[in-house]
Amino acid sequence: MTSNRSRLGIASLAVFTAGLFAAAAGAQELTVVSFGGSYQEAQSKALFQPAAKALGIKIKEETYTSISDAVVKVKAGAVTWDVVASGSGSAARAGAGGFLEKLDYNVIDRSNFVPNTAQDYCVGGDVFSTVMAWNTKTYGDNHPKSWADFWDVKKFPGKRSYRKGVAGALEPALMADGVPPNKVYEVLSSPGGIERAIKKIKELKPNISVWWSSGAQHAQLMKDGEVDMITGWNGRFDVVAKDGGKVAYTFNQALLDYDCYAIPKGAPHKDLAMKFLAEISKPQYQAEFTKYITYGPTNKKAYEIGAIEPSYAKKLPSHPDNVKDELTIDLDWYIKNEEKAAAAYQNMLTE
Amino acid sequence: MDASTASPPLGDDHAAALRKDRLIERWLMLSLAAPALLLVAVCLLVPIAWLFYLSFYTDAGAATLINYQRLVEQPSYARIFWTTFKVSILTTGICAVLGYPLAYFMSQLSQRAANLCMILVLLPFWTSLLVRTYAWLVLLQRTGLVNSWGMQLGLWSEPLPLVNNLTGTLIGMVHIMLPFIVLPLYGSMRTIDRTLVQAAANLGASPVQSFWRVFLPLSLPGLTAGALVVFILCLGFYVTPEVLGGGRVIMVSSRIATDIDTFLNWGSASALGAVLLLSTLILLGIASRLTKGLSVTGVGH
Repeated sequence: MTSNRSRLGIASLAVFTAGLFAAAAGAQELTVVSFGGSYQEAQSKALFQPAAKALGIKIKEETYTSISDAVVKVKAGAVTWDVVASGSGSAARAGAGGFLEKLDYNVIDRSNFVPNTAQDYCVGGDVFSTVMAWNTKTYGDNHPKSWADFWDVKKFPGKRSYRKGVAGALEPALMADGVPPNKVYEVLSSPGGIERAIKKIKELKPNISVWWSSGAQHAQLMKDGEVDMITGWNGRFDVVAKDGGKVAYTFNQALLDYDCYAIPKGAPHKDLAMKFLAEISKPQYQAEFTKYITYGPTNKKAYEIGAIEPSYAKKLPSHPDNVKDELTIDLDWYIKNEEKAAAAYQNMLTE
Repeated sequence: MDASTASPPLGDDHAAALRKDRLIERWLMLSLAAPALLLVAVCLLVPIAWLFYLSFYTDAGAATLINYQRLVEQPSYARIFWTTFKVSILTTGICAVLGYPLAYFMSQLSQRAANLCMILVLLPFWTSLLVRTYAWLVLLQRTGLVNSWGMQLGLWSEPLPLVNNLTGTLIGMVHIMLPFIVLPLYGSMRTIDRTLVQAAANLGASPVQSFWRVFLPLSLPGLTAGALVVFILCLGFYVTPEVLGGGRVIMVSSRIATDIDTFLNWGSASALGAVLLLSTLILLGIASRLTKGLSVTGVGH
C-alpha cells in the first residue's frame, strides 16, 4: 500500500517534471491582454488562437480595464504582458508618454491599412463606430436620424444615456449645435470650442438619466430598455439585437475610431510579440474577426479576399458606404486636449 | 513590614526585580503583537507613505504641487468630496435607524432564536457584493420587478426612478452595510444587564424613560462603533455607486479611477487619497469632540 502510494508519487512527480521541461523547452508563450466580454471572445477565436497555431506558440489571455493598467506596470518595472489591446486614443497618449515599444513596420505589413490606423506605437486591429442607437419599440419607424434629433426632446421624448468619459462625447454635441462634421475639430481647437460643446451637453443633461462608463453597461441599458436613446459602440448593439433586444442604430454622423494592439515597454517577449502582431494584421485574420462582431478591418485587403459577404460588409463601420457619413476621430486633438477637456467635462457632470 | 524597613537594600532589589519582570512581560506581549504590527506597517503604513510621497513628485522626479493645485482649481473635486461625505453620512444614518431596532429585537430574544436571526443577518455576506449590487439593478430599473409589479397593482402609473441615482445607490449601500452596524450593536446590547432596566422601572420610570435614560446610553458604545465602521467603509465604496448611481453619484474612489486613466500617473490619484484620509480624520476629530463623553473608537466606558 505504502509502496504503491510512493510509486504513484514518484510517477506523478516524473510526469510533473517532464511537463515542466516541456514547458521550458517550448517557452514560446505570449501573454495577451484585452477587455473581456464579447469583444475578447471574438479576438480569441478569430485572431489569438489561430495565430498561435500558425506560429507554433502558446497564448495566455488576460483581461484588464484600460491601458493605464499597463502603464502603471511599466512604471513599476514589472511588465508581464507582451501584447495589450487598447483604444486608439489612450494608446496614442501612452505611446507619447514613452510607455510602449515602437512597432517595427518592417515586420508588420501596413501597406494596405486604412490611413492613420497603423501608428508608431499601436497597430490597428479593428474599426468601430460610436453611434447613436435607439429603442425600436419606443420610436418605431419614426426614429431619430442625427445628433440634432438626439438633442430634440420635444420631437423625440424619452430617456437618454450618454458617455461618462469625455472621449467621443464633445463631437456629437457640436454636430447637434449645427457644426458640420468636417469642421468639428476646427471648432474644438479654437478658443471656446470645448466650452461650446459642454454648454450643449448641459442643455440635454436633465434628460440624461444614465452616464454610461463601459461597453457592457450600454449594452445592458438597451437590452433591458432602461433608456430610449443612447450613444455607444456599434458592435455591442448588434450583439444586443441578435439576443432579441429592441435596438437599432445609424452610421450617420457616427464617430469612426479604431482599436489597436501595442507592446508595453519592457515586454518579456518583445520580438515574438512583434511577429504575433504581424500575423494578426494579415487580411485573412481581420476578415475572420468581422464574423464574430460587427467591427470592420483596418487592413483594407480583408474586403478584397472574398472572405466577407458583400451584404454583411455593408454593416461594418469601415465599409466605404458608411465611412462617407462618419467623422473620423482626431487622435492628435486628444493627445493635445484630453486633459483639459476631461476636467471641463467632470465639472459639467458634477454640477 | 519590619523586614523591609530593616533591610532596605533587599526591598530595592525586590522592586527592581519586579520592574524587570514587568518590563520583560511587556516586551513578551509586544512580541506577540509583533507579527500583526509588522503586517500593518508593511502592508498599510509603507504603501500609504509611498503614495503620499508620490503625490508631491512628477514622473520625472521633480517636486510639484500640481496634483493638489488641480483639486483646488477644478470645482468638480470639491463636489465629489461633498457627494462622498453626503452618501456616507446618509448611509450611516439609515443603517443606524434600521439597525438599532433590529439589534434591540434580537437582543430580547432567546439565545436560540437570536442565533437564527443572526444567521439571517449574516446570510448576505455569503454572496458576492457584485452579485448583490447587480441584483438591485435588476429589481429597481425601469422595467424591473419593483416597477412592473407596482404598476400592475396600480400603485403608480409611471415607472419610478429607483436606480441610476442617489436613491438606488443608498438602497444598495444600506443593504450591504447593515450587518456591519447590527453586529456591534447586538454585541453591546447582549451585555447590558437587564436588571438595570428593571431597577429603573422599579424606581418609577416609564418604559420610554427607562429606555432613553438607561438602555440607550448603555448601548451607545456599540452604536458608535458600528456607525464608525459603516461610515469609514462607505467613504471608499466603488462598485455600488458605480453600478447603481448611473454616473450621477460620483464618489472619490470612482474619480481616482478616472484620474488614473486621464493622467496616467499615481500622483493624481494619491493626492485624492491623501485629501480623503485627512478630511476623514478631521471629521472624526470633530465628531469625537462633539460626543465628548464617548470616544469615537467605541470603547468610551
